[in-house]
Amino acid sequence: MSATVKTAGKTAGWVDDRFTSSNFLKRNIGKVFPEHWSFMLGEIALYSFIVVMLSGVYLTLFFKPSMIELAYNGSYVPLKGVKMTEAYASTLNISFDIRGGLLMRQIHHWSALFFVAAISVHLLRVFFTGAFRKPRELNWVIGVGLLTMALLAGFAGYSLPDDLLSGTGLRIAQGIVLSLPLVGTYLSFFIFGGEFPGTDFISRLYAVHILVVPGLILALLTAHLMMVWYQKHTQFPGLGRTNDNVVGYPLLPIYMAKAGGFFFVVFGVITLISGLVTINPIWLYGPYTPDQVTAGSQPDWYIGWLEGSLRMMPNVEWVIFGYTLSWNILVPAVILPGLVFTVMAIYPWIEQWATGDKREHHLLDRPRNAPVRTSLGAMAVSFYVLLWIGGGNDLIASFFDMSINTITWFLRFAIFLVPPLVFVATKRICLGLQRRDRDKLLHGMETGNILRLPHGEFIEVHAPISDEEKAVLMAKPERTPLTMPEEIDENGVAMPGARGARLRAKLSNFYYADNIPLPTREELEAAEAHLRHEVEQAAPAMEEDRRLIPAHDGSVLHDPAIDK
Amino acid sequence: MTTHENLPATTESAEAAAIEKAAAALPAHRPRRTDVDPKAARRAERQVAAMFLGSALMTVLFVVAFVAIPVDETVYIWGFGTVNASNIALGVTFGLAILLIGTGAIHWSKKLMNEKEEIQLRHPLASSDEEREAAVEAFQTYQADSGFTQRPIIRRSLLTAMVLFPIPMVVLLRDLGPLPGEVLRETLWEPGSRIVIDPTGRPVRPSDLALGGLISAMPADLPEVQEEEGNLNARAKAAIILVRMEPQEIVSQQGDNWDYGGILAFSKICTHVGCPIALYEQRTHHLLCPCHQSTFDLADSGNVVFGPAARRLPQLPITIDPEGFLVAVDGFAEPVGPSFWERGDA
Repeated sequence: MSATVKTAGKTAGWVDDRFTSSNFLKRNIGKVFPEHWSFMLGEIALYSFIVVMLSGVYLTLFFKPSMIELAYNGSYVPLKGVKMTEAYASTLNISFDIRGGLLMRQIHHWSALFFVAAISVHLLRVFFTGAFRKPRELNWVIGVGLLTMALLAGFAGYSLPDDLLSGTGLRIAQGIVLSLPLVGTYLSFFIFGGEFPGTDFISRLYAVHILVVPGLILALLTAHLMMVWYQKHTQFPGLGRTNDNVVGYPLLPIYMAKAGGFFFVVFGVITLISGLVTINPIWLYGPYTPDQVTAGSQPDWYIGWLEGSLRMMPNVEWVIFGYTLSWNILVPAVILPGLVFTVMAIYPWIEQWATGDKREHHLLDRPRNAPVRTSLGAMAVSFYVLLWIGGGNDLIASFFDMSINTITWFLRFAIFLVPPLVFVATKRICLGLQRRDRDKLLHGMETGNILRLPHGEFIEVHAPISDEEKAVLMAKPERTPLTMPEEIDENGVAMPGARGARLRAKLSNFYYADNIPLPTREELEAAEAHLRHEVEQAAPAMEEDRRLIPAHDGSVLHDPAIDK
Repeated sequence: MTTHENLPATTESAEAAAIEKAAAALPAHRPRRTDVDPKAARRAERQVAAMFLGSALMTVLFVVAFVAIPVDETVYIWGFGTVNASNIALGVTFGLAILLIGTGAIHWSKKLMNEKEEIQLRHPLASSDEEREAAVEAFQTYQADSGFTQRPIIRRSLLTAMVLFPIPMVVLLRDLGPLPGEVLRETLWEPGSRIVIDPTGRPVRPSDLALGGLISAMPADLPEVQEEEGNLNARAKAAIILVRMEPQEIVSQQGDNWDYGGILAFSKICTHVGCPIALYEQRTHHLLCPCHQSTFDLADSGNVVFGPAARRLPQLPITIDPEGFLVAVDGFAEPVGPSFWERGDA
């Protein structure tokens, strides 16, 4: 027995004496995780969060969250003698006077950007593959919570240095708080310790940024991972993969090596980028003052959609009984994000109710097989992208030399017109792909070989698809819409709850009615016989062709199916 | 996680059969080159070790760079321009030290570790009906033991206490800040306030302003107040801009003769969400907010011509004092900056 195994055995024994852990260990070191590249997106989010935490702890050792004014006396020459808050001065200090400080600042910022980006793409993966369905609805809600917390953490973080850009962002946030009916003014005075900007806010925000929000993220993250562990990961359909099993690599050693190695890859890539690419050069912006701003001020990418909604909203404001209701701020900055996150969080139950599907799902959907869900998702993405474009309308206008008013007016209409068009187009594409899948099952793959039969007919030779592909295609779930309920029963009395049931039947039709059915067993058998016949018929002629027709690269046309 | 330990033997054999069935369907394991060619395996082994050793080397180089390169040293690197030498050296060595551990581990797992796929079964997540009933029963027993439902007085009084007890935690927040009062309606500007250039503090004569020009200005006492209060609150409300246009170009103003010879003074703070505005197009007299592109027509009472701002920019009535410097005739007639609930009509 090698020394490594002996030591491991001893340690395990020591722990087992205290926690009865051997059984747990035995069960879990062999736990199987399915593999797919898209399952790494959530991992990237997790790993960049670890990097955010590590670099963040370092930064707390040097950053001073104080709004006391002082004259800068560090080594960055252009700002020497300039009056600024201690928060900004200490950030300059981290960037210019502490060895490795700039690197850690940039690692912190880059990993935060990676964190939000990875969460967003992971969320899209989970949505489009239907991984949020029963039994994972709660984990989806936790995921939405994690996304909101990540946005909050990011905004709070880049607001801390108190540079001109971050202060402008805070001013906008304060303007939004002011717009809240009834409580807005008071809330703003409590948050800022009086009028904007005051001298309390940075230290208060600091507590939120390094304690409250990361604490919540850690708690949610732990719950998120424990649920994944307990309920076991979902998997894509394939050979041998069913709704009742998990096929993949065991935790030790393969999964551990890959996932652990991947942590180092993510960390390493973030560090390399941070060494090579400057992010948030706060020294160029100067200290914050409420009467200055630079043109082309942009928030970090993940706040861009809210900036866009603020820019696109027309200027509606009401004064009722002497009180001001600023719809121009409330709608884009309060109601819209509220709605977006609420709808996102409850979507699993919307779909469940509409389709009546209460089964457990461990096998992922291919997006095309759930065309309405996929189209709703695509519609939401287009909505988001339009808002995001709105957030950069000034950059687009100056880059392409266009009128900013035209862009804004275009977006004001597009935000209502484009998403429905995207819905229709996506649904068409999904159904088209479903038809192609059915074709593949019935007629096999097109080989691109055209054959002229002895009697003069031209046919394209088809080859049967692989077993793996067939397993994937055949795993398509059969989905039948709910039937329309009777409005009155046999005695002519109105059925209770008929209206709700009818609405539900309609929604279920909306979700499922257009799906292309899988071929029946008879159809498949007939098609298989036909395909076999075609291949047999073509074989001798193809054999001849292979010698006669050189392909464009000088080789001969080659069909693996005929080679057999 | 604990359900499958105590399952009866029949279920166990059924499970084994299910695993076997799925295993039979799995595609055959294709051996890798490293599985069949010992040379390839040794090569892969060397590659993995080289990456781990490369990482160790990078860590040493990191320490060397940390000690040797001064923090303010710059270096020109093609494609990156002039960059901070310390940052780039530390970033590259540290980054590679980490990255190589990762690539080494992944290479190891892909080339050399036993990569046989395994199958595990899922079990229904819901407990059996008996277990559920047993849980409900147990709960009811405990519930009966406590008498929670039988003693409504205790129950209700407890609920009352529980609902009320978080209130102190909210009340404690009261001293986070003062009440708003009327301060959002007030600025430093009052009758006779002298207008000075920001940031020099020099008083302004009408002749200082070129036709079509724009300058940022403030009340003369702002620096003093700022020093005294130790914050930027007064500045956030008092900042103004001065523009000069031909008097006949002025279409309308917020008050009669609030200009002085074509010189107009407006609040610099956007009425949307409070960004300072300074993008001025002198031909159209439009002032554009760089944050959300609200556009105000300074020749026409500062009215909104485009964008999300709902209210015009407040105008400051100005004139000159006996010494010939620009002064405010009065304070702002309406609150400056973003709207707020109590603002109402003015």
